[in-house]
Amino acid sequence: MSYEIVGITVLWLFLYGYLIVASIDFGAGFYAYFAKVSKQDHITNKLISRYLSPVWEVTNVFLVFFFVGIVGFFPSTAYYFGSALLVPASIAIVLLAIRGSFYAFENYGSKKSNTYMFLYGATGLLIPASLSVALILSEGGFITEEGGVVSLLYKTLFTSPLSWSIVVLAMVAVLYISASFLAYYASRANDQPALQLVRKWALFWSTPTIIMALTTMIALSQHNERHFENMLDLWWIFGLSVGSFLVAAGLLYMGRNYGTAFIAVMLQFFFAFFGYGMAQYPYLLYPYINIEDSVTNPSMAVALIVAFIGGLLLLVPSLILLMRLFLFDADYVKGKK
Amino acid sequence: MEFLDTVTLSRLITAMTLIFHIIFATLGVGVPLFISIAEFIGIKKKDKHYELLAKRWARGFVITVAIGVVTGTAIGLQLSLVWPNFMELAGNVIALPLFMEVFAFFFEAIFLGIYLYTWDRFKGKYTHWFLSIPVVIGAGMSAVFITTVNSFMNSPAGFTMVNGEFAAVNPLEAMFNPSSPTRILHVLGGSYVTVAAILATIAAIALLRKKGAAAYHKKALKMTVISIFVFSIFTAVAGDVSAKYLAKHQPEKLAAAEWHFETEENADLILFGWLNEENEPVGEIRLPGFLSFLAHGDFSSEVTGLNETPEDERPPLIIHYFFDLMVSIGLFLLGISFLYLVLSRFKRFNVHNRLMLWMLAASGPLAMLAVEFGWVFAELGRQPWILRGYMTVEEAATSSPYILHMFFLFLALYIVLGTLCVRTLRKLFKDNPVEVELEKHYPELSKGDESA
Ligand code: HDD
Ligand code: HEM
Ligand code: HEM
Repeated sequence: MSYEIVGITVLWLFLYGYLIVASIDFGAGFYAYFAKVSKQDHITNKLISRYLSPVWEVTNVFLVFFFVGIVGFFPSTAYYFGSALLVPASIAIVLLAIRGSFYAFENYGSKKSNTYMFLYGATGLLIPASLSVALILSEGGFITEEGGVVSLLYKTLFTSPLSWSIVVLAMVAVLYISASFLAYYASRANDQPALQLVRKWALFWSTPTIIMALTTMIALSQHNERHFENMLDLWWIFGLSVGSFLVAAGLLYMGRNYGTAFIAVMLQFFFAFFGYGMAQYPYLLYPYINIEDSVTNPSMAVALIVAFIGGLLLLVPSLILLMRLFLFDADYVKGKK
Repeated sequence: MEFLDTVTLSRLITAMTLIFHIIFATLGVGVPLFISIAEFIGIKKKDKHYELLAKRWARGFVITVAIGVVTGTAIGLQLSLVWPNFMELAGNVIALPLFMEVFAFFFEAIFLGIYLYTWDRFKGKYTHWFLSIPVVIGAGMSAVFITTVNSFMNSPAGFTMVNGEFAAVNPLEAMFNPSSPTRILHVLGGSYVTVAAILATIAAIALLRKKGAAAYHKKALKMTVISIFVFSIFTAVAGDVSAKYLAKHQPEKLAAAEWHFETEENADLILFGWLNEENEPVGEIRLPGFLSFLAHGDFSSEVTGLNETPEDERPPLIIHYFFDLMVSIGLFLLGISFLYLVLSRFKRFNVHNRLMLWMLAASGPLAMLAVEFGWVFAELGRQPWILRGYMTVEEAATSSPYILHMFFLFLALYIVLGTLCVRTLRKLFKDNPVEVELEKHYPELSKGDESA
């Protein structure tokens, strides 16, 4: 395998990792607010905060890893995306900052005020929306380069059906992933009232997720035919994704095997995400950045891959320890520790 | 608005973010070390005071870490957003330490999460203490890696330039460029001394206020002042070596910092003062021959003057003050901690007198200022280069017209974060003072406190 394939595969994996862990976190924020407004917070909030407290920082590192890595492997992404994304990415930074720090302030500082709960819930949906702009740009047609100046075409961006369907897809997917995880977590804690509530949420959001996925495909076929055709060639991957969806929705509906159901949700997004990425190959930003031309020099690529393997050897055991202590330790989940 | 061009704004936005981030980054590097030391002493001496010290510091740390992480994420993204041309070029050479830094954060974040939520979950006391080690190492390593990136900007190495592109890249050589070793030591030392001083400030203020739990605060003060002493020696030595590095590799920075215009032997060290019309220092304190000593360790050696550098490549002369202030604060920290340690040997003398406590209370904010001055000196002293000798700041900046808006967006963000951070910390410790906590959790101890 060539360096650029290894590089992009690793980065895509991490972005996928972020997609899952961040969705759980973001969605939980929204649900915490929703539960409060609908006066159901006594049922769910303990569940939500017990999971979230120890892990939010780890979630953030997934994102940092991705953007540091992509600039490392493909330095010209810094030039194009960096120039074009100044405003959307700055907004995302501010939202992330509000969310992360308010979380610390409120949880360790004092009681939860309403403004805080609102901000926490709202940022949970706005961050995925603003981050998905990067994905939208990569489809091409939203950026111009004239006389060495890269600019973002805001009007095109805001009037494109593709942009809006990706943004909405990002938001509903967050709610769906998060609810199905919380259902699993509640079932481990054997917290029946919370379980019934979050299971309902998970089922509710599964339909819009699929509808938006289809809408996005249609919008994509209008906007970037090359990408769409490639996706059709990879139909089997998307078939696996749909299959996983059916398994997940079925189990959630029947109300059993929540662990398997959540794994099926993860697989559903795994297949869709990789199918989408593979169909975009060889472009990172259509038509400016092609991964073969933009990959960094071989010595840096090797160094990064070696560092990556070394890092994994360090991290995987530590992550397993973290999960055993907080995620899979039945007593902790049940609130006994 | 002539002076508010995109380049200036880009510099301002970067400077603002970094000046804000560095406060929390410094705390992030240093605080874990002291938490770890306090917990260790507590277990070893079976002294609950130290255990409580570790717990309370850790509680405050959670808040500052959060801001360190979010502002760090901001600066990490801003590097690409504000300096796209720089990152495109330099990314080819310097991506490795940036990448490794993330692993260091990752490692630190995981163990910090575990450490904070497992105070009473293990049987053996040392098991929990042991979890602090990866946090200390992770925090230290992230500082090491990011510092090599900054070093690279000052003394680029590990590549050859062919037609405006980097060729024959050697990532390890780029990482361990000529200024990395001295800078790493100085940055680490500076962080540890600063955090020791801040923690000493907290203890000193508590003693000045005479709120109770005096024994607890005295122990905290002793431990932190010893640390100030040790680490300020370390930092000063590393700073001296940094100056020798500058004399060799970036003579224009040292010359500008010292207002040293003519190359000469046995050069004088100039402290403070100002420049007259003819660019001659006035009202300064002159230490004969000391610049030669600072630069080469020999009073009669020759020191390159600023006039050797082409006029448009000279750093701004204002860095003189930043350098002098940093060094003065360094000497103050060394002096005050030495004084405290000497005086505490005399049993009859009350080291905890008001003057001493006031000076120790000042040391934390001063140390943090020294860090800021040091960075402003280092960064301004690199001007006009972003990558010394290869790319200027002007060539590197973004061309986006929205940079002004973003400046104000981030300014507002930092004001909000700063205010909330202070308010939360105050509330956290006010609502739960040491006395109360001692009473509640270690009733056997609070009795002894009154007499101490
Ligand atoms: C508490 C913090 C602190 C203290 C007490 C000192 N410094 Fe410092 N200094 C820093 C914190 C710092 C820093 C913030 O960490 C800098 C900024 C850039 C860098 O590499 O370290 C720095 C930079 C810096 C540089 C520039 C390196 C470069 O740009 O390449 C020199 C020459 C010195 N220092 C020298 C000294 C000397 C001789 C000191 C005598 C006591 C001293 N510093 C005290
Ligand atoms: C010598 C100067 C610096 C030091 C010592 C330093 C140290 C730190 C520390 C300790 C943290 C994490 C806070 C914590 O979790 O404890 C942090 C966060 C961060 N810093 Fe800095 N930093 C410095 C400058 C910079 C610069 C210039 C950049 C930009 C390239 C940067 C990028 C980051 C990023 C991306 C994070 C967030 C990582 C995460 O999400 O966990 N840092 N920094
Ligand atoms: C963490 C400690 C650091 C602090 C406090 C700091 C501080 C500053 C300051 C005050 C400026 C503005 C100087 C001016 O007005 O021109 C600046 C500029 C800059 N710094 Fe640093 N810096 C730090 C480390 C770094 C590192 C590690 C990097 C690289 C990854 C970096 C990259 C830059 C860039 C790109 C600029 C803008 C160009 C310039 O004005 O020189 N800085 N920094």
